[in-house]
Amino acid sequence: MSTMVNDPRLVSDDSTGTFFQRLRRRMSYADIGQLPVLIGLVLIWVIFQVANDKFLSPVNLTNLILQSVAMGIASVGVTLVLLLGEIDLSVGAVSGVAASVMAVENVKNGVSGPVAILMALAAGLLIGLLHGFWITKLRVPAFVVTLAGLLSWQGVQLQVLGTTGTVNLRDQSITGLTTTFFSDIWGWLIAIVFVVLYAAGSFWERQQRLTAGLSVVSVNALLGRIVAVAAGVLIATAVFSADRGLPLAVVIFVSIIVIMNTITRRTRFGRYIYAVGGNQEAARRASINVDGIRIAVFALCSLIAAMAGVMAGARLLAVNQSSGASDFLLNTIAAAVIGGTSLFGGRGTVWGALLGALVIGSISNGMDLLGLPSPVKFMITGGVLLAAVTLDAIVRRRQVATGK
Amino acid sequence: MATVGRHPVLEMRGVSKRFGAVQALTNVDFEVFANEVVGLVGDNGAGKSTLIKCIAGIHPIDEGEIYFEGQRVSIHNPKDALNLGISTVYQDLALCDNLDVVGNLYLGREEYATVIPGALKIVNETKMEKRAIEVLRGLSVSIPSVRTLIASLSGGQRQSVAVARSVMWKPKLVILDEPTAALGVAQTLQVLELIKRLREQGLAVIVISHNLEDVFAVVDRIKVLRLGRNGGTFDVRNVTREQVVSAITGAETGYEEKEVAGAIARAEGDT
Repeated sequence: MSTMVNDPRLVSDDSTGTFFQRLRRRMSYADIGQLPVLIGLVLIWVIFQVANDKFLSPVNLTNLILQSVAMGIASVGVTLVLLLGEIDLSVGAVSGVAASVMAVENVKNGVSGPVAILMALAAGLLIGLLHGFWITKLRVPAFVVTLAGLLSWQGVQLQVLGTTGTVNLRDQSITGLTTTFFSDIWGWLIAIVFVVLYAAGSFWERQQRLTAGLSVVSVNALLGRIVAVAAGVLIATAVFSADRGLPLAVVIFVSIIVIMNTITRRTRFGRYIYAVGGNQEAARRASINVDGIRIAVFALCSLIAAMAGVMAGARLLAVNQSSGASDFLLNTIAAAVIGGTSLFGGRGTVWGALLGALVIGSISNGMDLLGLPSPVKFMITGGVLLAAVTLDAIVRRRQVATGK
Repeated sequence: MATVGRHPVLEMRGVSKRFGAVQALTNVDFEVFANEVVGLVGDNGAGKSTLIKCIAGIHPIDEGEIYFEGQRVSIHNPKDALNLGISTVYQDLALCDNLDVVGNLYLGREEYATVIPGALKIVNETKMEKRAIEVLRGLSVSIPSVRTLIASLSGGQRQSVAVARSVMWKPKLVILDEPTAALGVAQTLQVLELIKRLREQGLAVIVISHNLEDVFAVVDRIKVLRLGRNGGTFDVRNVTREQVVSAITGAETGYEEKEVAGAIARAEGDT
């Protein structure tokens, strides 16, 4: 099968052995991927469905996802920062500032919707560059810089909103971000194109490796993966179609994830994010511009937070003094961590943020559906976060143990 | 030796280095030829690390001359050393635990393929993996797979990956700082074999080690530093461990001067 297997000097790779041997080996490499969080998500859904049979209805699932989009987008940015082994405590405040800029420019200053959105994103980018500069060049810990950011950007948000406090959004080009649903035909078309591109990409990659004489996964394993992805995408589309249709907000969220996933997993920049998070000194000695990478990641995180702010405003149809405040920040960090991103840097994926956001969103939505009071919601969300981080710590310990 | 009449890959003459009040190196001579492994030994503080840091460009020398393949060169920073073809594996290995073997071998020098001209260039994993397997095979390095994360490799395997990385870009001289210090018996053997293979590939190799056992197992010549000065150069075939230990500690043997004289005579014969 592979050239490596035939070479006695290189022991065969993971593709040999029985299923359980492979699973155990993968477990010992701490390469269990998204399996725990997927199982957790299914468990949460089953529990809530048993408690309330409306939970898995198309209407509620669509609402659940629309509620989670802004937080999910922000947690993509948080994931990038966590990959560096840093933290950004200001994502909520930055999303609030960006949303306020958009709302005030659009409603009070009469700037068109798209331009107001671009101004919001520019504000986020500038804030992120400032954070990055302060952290790398002035060598102030990210925790402190972004904690100061959390406080001061909240102040800026109040200042920008002015005496009115709440600004209601009516511009279609802004509110449409969360109120637009694709008709069934378009929804299915988008879903099918997504699946076809994924399948074509997988096979193209396999072919490339075959041509180069490298080991490849078996066609069956590849097909299995494609079928799993296709099933997930098509079921989701069917659910959306049974309600109002595929929401534009979901397409935006998934697009951001696909783009950021490509950047982190496929480009040099992304490779260097992992390298800096894994061993900063090694990255420096490999002549990687460590400061440049760190500044870029903080800028990206704030830019994505600004996108989240825009989406949150569009969802609420208003921007007010508590936009991006309350538990928004903590939920984004929790989503990233539940999605398998390590707080110690270097380990995690952008897709994890999607799963983490779904977990947090499902818990929040499900408990609302059951009419549970806030105290219980907070305690249960906290418990799930703790469980996820505990799992991360155990996996990490195994990794150290097997790495010797 | 068979090396007479050729230029050494690296030759240092009368090198001195001072850090404030500390005279770390005084008038040190050193040379290493292609197809040769030189063991650099000495007690703590003898100047071994300083000497290799001078070669690797981390500390520029204060006095003396450096010749690379017969050409007078000056090495001011690590980039100069890299450009000459000097590759150093430090004791901490400088690997990223969270990246796989291929990612580490290519770190900072990834191959890429253009997907959208001017907009999207992706890392060319197939090209990198292919070359990584070739290099590891050339050195007979045994690891589960080139896609294994460094975190799940043994100490010896990590050392092997670090050494493989040092030869990725076809250097002429490889410096190994205490390559066996943290390893068990089997893993040490593995790394010593690897060093022999570097020599077979025609490289000049400098090995710093505290362990004379390892030094005698793999090197051709031993260079002793003592208190930052030349402590003697020995051909490994006609020297005993006791004589090397005496040179390291400074005990009287009478052997030292003779060998230094011999080394100087050889050096003069070269020019």
